[in-house]
Formats: sequence, structure tokens, C-alpha cells
Amino acid sequence: MGRKLLLEKAHVEGIRGYDVYRREGGYRSVEKALKTMTPDQVTEEVKKSGLRGRGGAGFPTGMKWSFLAKPEGVPRYLVCNADESEPGTFKDRYLMEFLPHLLIEGLIVSSYALGSKSTYIYIRGEYAWIPDILEQAIEEARANNFLGKNILGTGFDCEIYVHRGAGAYICGEETALIESLEGKRGNPRIKPPFPAVKGVWDCPTVVNNVETLAAVVPIINEGGEAYSKIGVGKSTGTKLLSACGNINKPGVYEIDMTISVEEFIFSDEYCGGIPNGKRLKACIPGGSSVPILPANLLLKTAKGETRMMNYESLADGGFPKGSMMGSGGFIVLDEDQCVVRNTLTLARFYRHESCGQCSPCREGTGWMEKILKNIEYGKGKSSDIDLLWDIQRKIEGNTICPLGDAAAWPVAAAIRHFRDEFEWHVKNPVESQHRNFGLAHYADPLEVVPA
Amino acid sequence: MADEKKLFKVTIDNITIEVEPGTSILQAARRIGGDVAPPAMCYYTKLKGSGGKCRTCLVEVAAGSTADPRPMPKLVASCRTNVMDGMVVKNITSEKVIDARNGVVEMLLINHPLDCPICDQAGECHLQDLSYEHGKEGTRYEFERRTFKKHDLGPYIQLHMTRCILCYRCVFTADQLTEKRVHGVLDRGDHSEIATYIEKSLENDFIGNIIDVCPVGALTDKTFRFKNRVWFLKPVDAHRNCNHPKCNGKATLWYRGDEVFRVTARKDQWGEVEDWICNECRFEKKKTSDWEIEGPTKVNRHSVISQGHYVGTVRPQEVVYDVMGGRAPKLLMDIHNVSEVNRPEIDLSKLERPAHSTDFSPHEER
Repeated sequence: MGRKLLLEKAHVEGIRGYDVYRREGGYRSVEKALKTMTPDQVTEEVKKSGLRGRGGAGFPTGMKWSFLAKPEGVPRYLVCNADESEPGTFKDRYLMEFLPHLLIEGLIVSSYALGSKSTYIYIRGEYAWIPDILEQAIEEARANNFLGKNILGTGFDCEIYVHRGAGAYICGEETALIESLEGKRGNPRIKPPFPAVKGVWDCPTVVNNVETLAAVVPIINEGGEAYSKIGVGKSTGTKLLSACGNINKPGVYEIDMTISVEEFIFSDEYCGGIPNGKRLKACIPGGSSVPILPANLLLKTAKGETRMMNYESLADGGFPKGSMMGSGGFIVLDEDQCVVRNTLTLARFYRHESCGQCSPCREGTGWMEKILKNIEYGKGKSSDIDLLWDIQRKIEGNTICPLGDAAAWPVAAAIRHFRDEFEWHVKNPVESQHRNFGLAHYADPLEVVPA
Repeated sequence: MADEKKLFKVTIDNITIEVEPGTSILQAARRIGGDVAPPAMCYYTKLKGSGGKCRTCLVEVAAGSTADPRPMPKLVASCRTNVMDGMVVKNITSEKVIDARNGVVEMLLINHPLDCPICDQAGECHLQDLSYEHGKEGTRYEFERRTFKKHDLGPYIQLHMTRCILCYRCVFTADQLTEKRVHGVLDRGDHSEIATYIEKSLENDFIGNIIDVCPVGALTDKTFRFKNRVWFLKPVDAHRNCNHPKCNGKATLWYRGDEVFRVTARKDQWGEVEDWICNECRFEKKKTSDWEIEGPTKVNRHSVISQGHYVGTVRPQEVVYDVMGGRAPKLLMDIHNVSEVNRPEIDLSKLERPAHSTDFSPHEER
């Protein structure tokens, strides 16, 4: 069984309240950091830990922090990105709901490291009940002098504010989040300037995911080096995964990135296999925008190695033969699921959530959805598949923010790996309305290409 | 002697020029001019914060700078990317750029109504030019085009939301020229639209300029609407003593015969306004006596507006008989056989003013 750093105490009764959380060893990291370390030492520990951003891109957090511009007399801000809207991802919700103090603790330490006196939690509007939980935790922390003026007598002041979003996926993109936080329309900004130089109110800003900031707590408690020894290679520490789809035990799991994908899906400790004796067809391993993989490529890489649950192994083979860790939204599809339908659902989502700033994304996402709808409902033509490919190619990389890429990748991967299922839909318009393509050859072992 | 400013050397499509630090790739390319300048649908030099949205000005950066000669991984928006010393940029020499640009043009057109024949912007429309240069003759889009609920913007400005390409120029104009912006972009994605949230007319003294900055026919002048085609008009530079403290009264009058059909701000060779003009100059002063004429506006000879001199043109030789081996084309219907307006001898191009129904009336001898 892997080590748990974040969710270890999640099931202790009353852990949501300050008293129990403190009794279980909470806020130790704040005491340690503020009383015995300088801000730069905290950043150094995070760098040593090898912690990578848990929001999706996997950028090293310590490096991101060290990019923060520190001009004299200009305030700096830390913003916690809790706008978790990726279909299939719900790990931050779990964390904030059950362990609000863990996030607050991580925020205080991180604010200290970055010199942020006003720290914001930007939470998605749909998590309507969580701001209350967080605000209560903030109140309790303030009552115990972990927030407010002169924290623990160290002279460090910090306030945390919870800001509710209004229900837009795009506001999870850091510059759109900043615009929205400033009270404007949530359109992503053009980079550069990057938020580390000009972020909230044109001041240097760091935007981090909830899980990333929570992971700062064990890093400070145990030291960066100890943290970096958990996991493999550049995938250090533990990662929260939100598993859903056709599995026996959907939920949030903490893994230390040393297990294989097969173990994660089939072991009783994690997803517990696929219900009703069905077989595995495909999986989206990291939230809706990462490429979908058929069963054979999911369990083994193109080189024939066992695919592990970590950043490198999931990305092995690049986009043609691999996928991404993403935000950890693990979606499993069994043999009864239709990939065309699944792709249509995702395309509809991205069409709905495009901000409408850049032309390729605004127009292209809607076009892809309409074509996919035709194919799914038996009105497709075989030329539509190539057309889809061409549209996604013209969106990808040509937009301001990564939403264009996120909309293009699922379509590209679905066509790349499941082209025969699309063709079957086109050639059998009537049959496809009452029957699924089934598992077909998607679980057959692949011929290993020697490297 | 003051320190000489260090200039940045930048190579665009194999042409090297020196520009001041802080210049964008687009501005540098415009200094070279011609086809090297990328098209810009949303960027507007005078509007702070504009650009980066339409993606038509994408270019490839083959080398970032002398210090760091790595190429940039993605195509970049040339309007919002500044040049570095030793940067190598590929615009029309890059296949990637041409391909991406064609894609963007296609995306811009899939939901555009293509109603140029009845659109007042036709002839001076940037999207029209762009699609002539980069568009395909056919469309691959087989769905119903997007439409919007009609929205009234008051007595001066007509909004055709279906034509809009969401460049945000009018939003920036209203932000930067007027005290309080009353219109903006509502909704998001492919259903986002320019509107005032609660039906409201745009009434600021300078709001008329949003007509000039609009690259398409989404915002047109209600006082000029359907009155004439721009290529029949002759632009003439003129000025007047405007009472408005912020307006210097420099404008372009658009004549046909001796009638002023519309007044616009003066535009430079990139189609950008030189001086903003107030609503009074634009909408109310449509008599020659209101203005002091300076002389004809210089129009790019490639523009359709410079082609609008129909008087005295020679009709090209009819080649259809040669093509068909001496046979005459078969007419399915001759309009003169069924029309009441039956004056085939009238040559519209000889009229120095807009054609009127009386020109064709069979009962009225001229």
C-alpha cells in the first residue's frame, strides 16, 4: 500500500474543525516555516521536493515560485486555483470539503514563501457549499492566530479571501482566472507578460492548484528531500486521482505514482475493476482534455513496457501513442461505451466553454460538435472524419490559451485510435443507432516496435 | 551627444530592417510593407490592449534572437509579440503560417452570412479582402449559420451581429474614447455577441468611431445605410472648425456628384483611423458648405474605391462569341422582355449620381 500524505487523516472524525485538525498534528508546518525558516528556504524546500503542479500541466512548482518578480514596494499575490471544472476531475473538491484546514495551512506557508499578504482562493461557482466550509476554516485559523496580523508573533501578516466564480471552465486558466478575480470578463490574457511579472492588478502573482498548495504541508513537515524520495523519477510525492466511469469503486484515491495503470483499475484497493464482468475498452487518464487511449495502449506502452501511473510513463510515446497525467481525472470506459458519443460529449463541453476570443476556438469547437453530432446520429459522411481531423489541427496551437488545444486533443486522439469506430458509424448509420461498436480489437495485444 | 538608441535588427521574410526596441513584429513588417505585412483583423494601433484575438496575423518565429536563437514552438500573434535583436520571422515564406492563416480565414467565414451584395461595408471590408486573399472558393461548412436576435443601438449605428467577428475593437474604442462604455460582449463562445445588456442606445459624442474601427459590416452608419455603394463614391479630404474640444474636424467626405453621402474619419494605408471625429461631424454635417475641401483622398490603387470611376470607361471586347465558336449564348430570359423599366439604352455608368427610378421611367423623357 502506497503512502498517504494528504488524505491520511481524511477519515478522522471532526477533522474538518480546527481542534481535531490541530490535535492530529495540523499547522505544524506553519510553525516550522514561520519560526525557523526564511521565505527563500521554504521555496528551496519546495524546489528540492520536485513537486509538480497538480492542475494539469505538471510544471515544477518550485521553479514557478522562483520566477516570481520581486520589485520593491509592489505587493505580490498568491492565488489558489480551485476552479476545478475539468470533466472527470473532482479531487480538489474532496480535499476542500474534508480537509479545509490542510489547504489553509498550505496557503499560509506558501504565502509566507512568496510574500503574499492577501491570498485568494478562486473557487468555482458550482461548488456552492464549499466556500462556507473554507470561510469557517479561515475564521478558526484567524481565531488561533494562524491568520491576520502578526501570525504567531513572527511579524508576518496574511489574509485569505474566498472568491466565488460564476461558472466558467475558462476561468480555470490562470490569466482568465486573474481577469475574473479582478471583476472583469474571464477572457484569458495574452502572454507575455506572465502572471509572475504582471498578474492580479498588474502585480506579480503565482497561481497554483489546490492540491499543489496542500502538498506544500507535507513537504515542509518532512523536508523536501524526503518528499522527493516518494515516487519515481521526476514524478515525486503523491498524487490525488479522481476515478470515475465504469469502475466498481469510483472516488478519490491518493497514489504514490509507483503502481501500474492495470493495478489502479483492477486492484480492490483502488478502482476495484469493471462492474458486471465487462471488459476494459478505453480510458482517459488525466481529465477530459488529455488524449483517450484504447485498452491495449493504456496498459502497455508502445515499447511493450507496463504503463505506470506517473507523469512520464503516461506520456510515454508522445501524443501518437501516449497520453498525459493531466489533472488526474481518471475516466474508464468499458466495452459498452461508444467513443463517438464520448467525443461528442466532450466537444459539446468545449464548445459551450470556449470564451469566444480567438476565432479558431470560437468557431472551430462548434463546427466539430456539429460534425460529431451528425456522425453519432447516423448522418455522417466518410469525408467528415478527415474534415474533423483538419479542423482540430487548425485549432491546436493557434489560440491564446490552452483551451483550444484541450478541445482539439480529445478529438484528435479519438480519431487516431478509434478511426474504425467512426467509420463504422458512417457506414452503418441505422445499426449504429441501436448497437454499439463494442470492444472490437481495442484490447488486442499490440505488436511491439523495438526501440 | 546623447546616447544613440540601440536598434534591433529583425529579419522578416528574408528582408532585414532595424526597428526600435518595443516594436511589435506586425509594426516592423508594416515598415517593410507590401505582402510581408500580416493581415490584422482585431489589432488596431490606436487602441491600447487590442490584438491577439483574431489569429490572422500569426507568424512563425524561426529564431528568437541573437542571444537565444531557438525557434518559438508555436506560431505567435505578430501584433502582440515584440521583436528581439536578431529575430528571424517567417510570414509568407512559411507554409505553416499560410496553412494556419487559411484555417483562421475559414473559421471566420463559416458563420459569416457572406451577404456582401447587400452589405454597406462591401468594398472597404477587411474580411472581404482577407477572404479574397486567403479564402477558398467553396465552403466545407454544411450547417445553418449562426443568427442573433436583433438589437437596436440607437439612431446612428446599425448593428448586424451575424457579420461580427468579435474583434473587440469597438469595445476598446468605447473604453478609451468615451467616459462610460454602455455596450460590450455578452455571453461566451460561439454565441457571444456585441450588445448593450438592457436595450440602450449608444449616445456618446465619439461613439460614431466604432463604425470606422469595425473591420466588417457589423457596425454601419444608419445615416448612410443602403444609400450607395462605397465604390461609387469619391473620397475627399476636408476639415471644419468643430466646436467639440476633443475633435479637430479632420474628416473624409464621400461624394457622388455634388452630394455628400457620408463622412468618415481619415484612414491611413492600413485602414486605421488617423484622428477620431465627433458624432456631429460624422452624422450631421453632410453639406459641402459645412466643410473646407482640401482635395481628393489618396486611395490605394488596388482598392476597389479607386476603381469607382465608371465615366468614360471602355467596355471590354465581348469574347463570348469567339469562345462559343460564333454561336450566340442562349438566353433563358431577357429581362427587357418582361420588365416595365425598359430602357436598355441607359448606361448606368454614365450617371454621375445615384440611379433613381425616374431614370428608367418609360414615360418621362430626359
